[in-house]
Amino acid sequence: MKNRLIRMATLLLALVFAAGAAFAAEPIRIGALFSVTGPPSFLGEPERNTAQMVVDEINKAGGIKGRPIELIVYDTTGDPTKAVQLATKLIKDDKVVAIVGPSTTGETMAVKPVTEKEQIPLISCAAGSKITDPVNPWTFKTAQNDTLAVARIFESLQKRKLDKVAILTASDGFGASGREQLKNQAAKYGITLTVDDTFGPKDTDMTAQLTKIRGSEAQAIICWGTNPGPAVVAKNVRQLGIKLPLFMSHGVSSKKFIELAGEAAEGIILPSGHVIVADLLPATNPQKKALMTYVQEYKKRFGVEGDHFGGHAWDAVMLLKTALEQGADTPAAIRDQLEKISGFAGIGGVFSFSATDHAGLTKDAFVLVEIKNKDWVLVE
Amino acid sequence: MDFSHQLSQYLLSGLATGAIYALIGLGFAIIYNSTGIINFAQGEFVMLGGMFGVYFYEILKFPLAAALLLAVLCAAASGVIFERLAIRPLRRATPLGLVIITIGGSILVRGIAMLVWGKDTHALPTFSGDTPIALAGATLLPQHLWIFALTVLLIAVNKLFFQFTITGKALRACAVNRRAAGLVGIDVRRMTMFSFLLASGMGALAGIIVAPLTMTSYDVGIMLGLKGFCAAIIGGMSNGIGTVLGGLLLGVLESLGAGLISSGYKDAITFIILLLILFLRPQGLFSRGDSERV
Amino acid sequence: MRRELLKFALFALVVLTVPATIKGGYLLNVLVYVGINTMLAVALNLLLGFAGQISLGQAAFYGLGAYISGVLTASHGWNPWLSLAVAALAVGVLAFVIGFPILKLKGHYLAMATLGFGIIVYIVFNEFVDVTGGPSGLPGIPGMSFGSLRFDSDLKSYYLIWSAALLVMLLAVNLAHSRIGRALRAIHDSEVAAQVLGVNARLLKVQIFTCSAVISCVAGSLYAHTVTFVSPSTFGFHFSVELVTMVIIGGLGSIYGSFLGAALLTLLPEFLRAFQDYDIVVYGLLLIVMTMFMPGGLVQGAETLWRALRRLWPGRAGQDA
Repeated sequence: MKNRLIRMATLLLALVFAAGAAFAAEPIRIGALFSVTGPPSFLGEPERNTAQMVVDEINKAGGIKGRPIELIVYDTTGDPTKAVQLATKLIKDDKVVAIVGPSTTGETMAVKPVTEKEQIPLISCAAGSKITDPVNPWTFKTAQNDTLAVARIFESLQKRKLDKVAILTASDGFGASGREQLKNQAAKYGITLTVDDTFGPKDTDMTAQLTKIRGSEAQAIICWGTNPGPAVVAKNVRQLGIKLPLFMSHGVSSKKFIELAGEAAEGIILPSGHVIVADLLPATNPQKKALMTYVQEYKKRFGVEGDHFGGHAWDAVMLLKTALEQGADTPAAIRDQLEKISGFAGIGGVFSFSATDHAGLTKDAFVLVEIKNKDWVLVE
Repeated sequence: MDFSHQLSQYLLSGLATGAIYALIGLGFAIIYNSTGIINFAQGEFVMLGGMFGVYFYEILKFPLAAALLLAVLCAAASGVIFERLAIRPLRRATPLGLVIITIGGSILVRGIAMLVWGKDTHALPTFSGDTPIALAGATLLPQHLWIFALTVLLIAVNKLFFQFTITGKALRACAVNRRAAGLVGIDVRRMTMFSFLLASGMGALAGIIVAPLTMTSYDVGIMLGLKGFCAAIIGGMSNGIGTVLGGLLLGVLESLGAGLISSGYKDAITFIILLLILFLRPQGLFSRGDSERV
Repeated sequence: MRRELLKFALFALVVLTVPATIKGGYLLNVLVYVGINTMLAVALNLLLGFAGQISLGQAAFYGLGAYISGVLTASHGWNPWLSLAVAALAVGVLAFVIGFPILKLKGHYLAMATLGFGIIVYIVFNEFVDVTGGPSGLPGIPGMSFGSLRFDSDLKSYYLIWSAALLVMLLAVNLAHSRIGRALRAIHDSEVAAQVLGVNARLLKVQIFTCSAVISCVAGSLYAHTVTFVSPSTFGFHFSVELVTMVIIGGLGSIYGSFLGAALLTLLPEFLRAFQDYDIVVYGLLLIVMTMFMPGGLVQGAETLWRALRRLWPGRAGQDA
């Protein structure tokens, strides 16, 4: 008698679960590869936080046509080998329909062949222009091309009639990418590079390189890297009493840099995404609403302001959302819808994709800012 | 901006960096000489000094001097804990085992620091301002003077300690022959602990003295430890002047290499020098070469 | 010796039939990397476990294989097999030449020298941008092919890599039970005593160093053609430490132990994924604990366990034995 009761109960329970499963909407699985730990963690951590925040918001608002998004995030630690392995895992085991990330150009170049072969759309958060040039049908990116940042700086130099420039770049993926672009585009703007030096991302003293620069004919210095290197460079510049205009990259477009460099940060000019000057923008700016919402919500949830890098993930997930809302739910359909997106006001800029442009941004994605009184000021 | 000025800047900056390598190298030498152990985790104590300093100063808001003192004490305490947990229980101490344990220890310390304090970089304020000082055509910061002063002070204290105190002499006895030292009544195990205490304290001091210039984060220990070790090897693992000279030489060569040859390859230059020394004169440049290296 | 060959044949059989049981998917992909790491761990074990020479720069030879193959095939259109051979030859010569001065050193000094060598090679990979692509890496490396058979799927890569790994393991097993193996172990115990007995310790050490380097180089070439992308961060100091860990966990001097160590450390991140940021702490703890309590590695631990079980099992009557 007891046995029969147990069996009935189990059957009933199973039926209830089956019914529940039948009615519950099948989640949309999206994969994410971020370097949450490791040297590029300054990219991966805000990107992961942002992606999770956005997905939670979407799900709270009812998901996409009633279906929740399931975000599966893996930490690549900045290692391209791991990134490739984890991409395979996302595709074969977790059966995702699209992948957001990775955080660095190196990892993206490693993962690209895999996603292209398996025909899964990849929306990278890395800046290297060669990710989408030449264009591949399955690869997109949201971070602004470093070509655009370099163009902004060179334009500004041209305006100031400075044509002899020294460059000091970090010997990591970010710095190397910037260095490549600086060298490629210099001639176009009539600029000659008098010194082309590098520094290790964790180096603690750049006075040797700067002494060499001081002894050359350079009229301006461009430093390309991410914290803490450029902060050391700024301090060294001050120590050596070098009075040349100092330009930096969007890698330091964060309050952290100002905190680290202290007094030495005054007067430094750099290109940046609109996110750090969101409150200075006029209300008519198409990005203003998205920017303000992002900055404030990130601050509410994580205690610090949303930054430039987390913004890449915001753009990637929101672009996916736009594609999914058009009814696309297979990788191929998502890819097609992504390509059709035009005029999307995101954090990094206003995106317009096409069959020949999978980066979607123009020079206007960057503004030029100067550091004055420990805060950002728009330049020209 | 003539060449002699450039050169003196390379020299001066190199000496400043070299002083830091010297302090770290001394820590390696002290432990090695008393116990025969190469503590690959030495760099992490430097990191702990800086990070504890940041913790006490920025988060707990202690005054700078108190924060720095507490930082050194905490880092030294960590050194003792490390010795107790990782080194002392090791029964059969093969060189490989010790190398692996200290490497594992350094990874562990780094991991714990990352979990507790995060991955951010932090700055400490300089001890006496930021106005550059001109010297022989080059410029220095006041913090550099602190670094030099501390290095000189520590060398002097070291010399006095090892020469004139009982504990110092006991440590030297252990360095010469551990068995014999034990036989004359020296508590060799206590000396091991003491040498770790000294080395981690010195490393921590180096860490806090340099943090205002170089900023600190959970992973600064790796490269600093390696370079400190190079300094010790160049100096022949001596407890005093030899290692200091080794560190200074290393710093200067690195600076000259970066300025005159190539900034990208400067670390490679450092390690090539290390290899050359190991191949051609493994007892170091500044020692009297008595212990077995080869 | 026959027992050893039988053991090996069994192992090889298991390895070759595994793909049939797991039906592709992510696990197959991970097993390919286990294969590469096994090759590397066995190569290091020859040096570390048999000859007792500490090397913290093994990743350098691995990287040289990967980059030389990568550059020759991607940038100059060479045939992959030819590049593999050329890389192996070049690295062999380099290791032989560098081996003489480096292996004169002992203990910590040898560790430091190999570490320095590894870092120098890493810096070259990172800075020689025109050739290696610098920190952003070198993409577009073609896959291996054998006539019309192209190794472009996980399954085919699995068989390619594991064929090589099994070959390496067979070589190592043979070596271990030969005169050379005994000579190496003699050197490990006491170099002076071995020399007294007529072993040319210096030459033998350099020879095994070269052998280990060449195997690592071949593993690197195969890696490059499997992943089709190489970047310097894969070949840094931390990977050299990881390799040493694999060998130690598996058990110094045990070939199958190296496989165990490689498998465990390659699969470990999968299990640790739940711990996210804690994995670095677990890793450090693992190193310390293994060295302290199980210096013979897992293989020794397994043997101790086996012996303990055998004592408990054949009837309680045997308790007073």
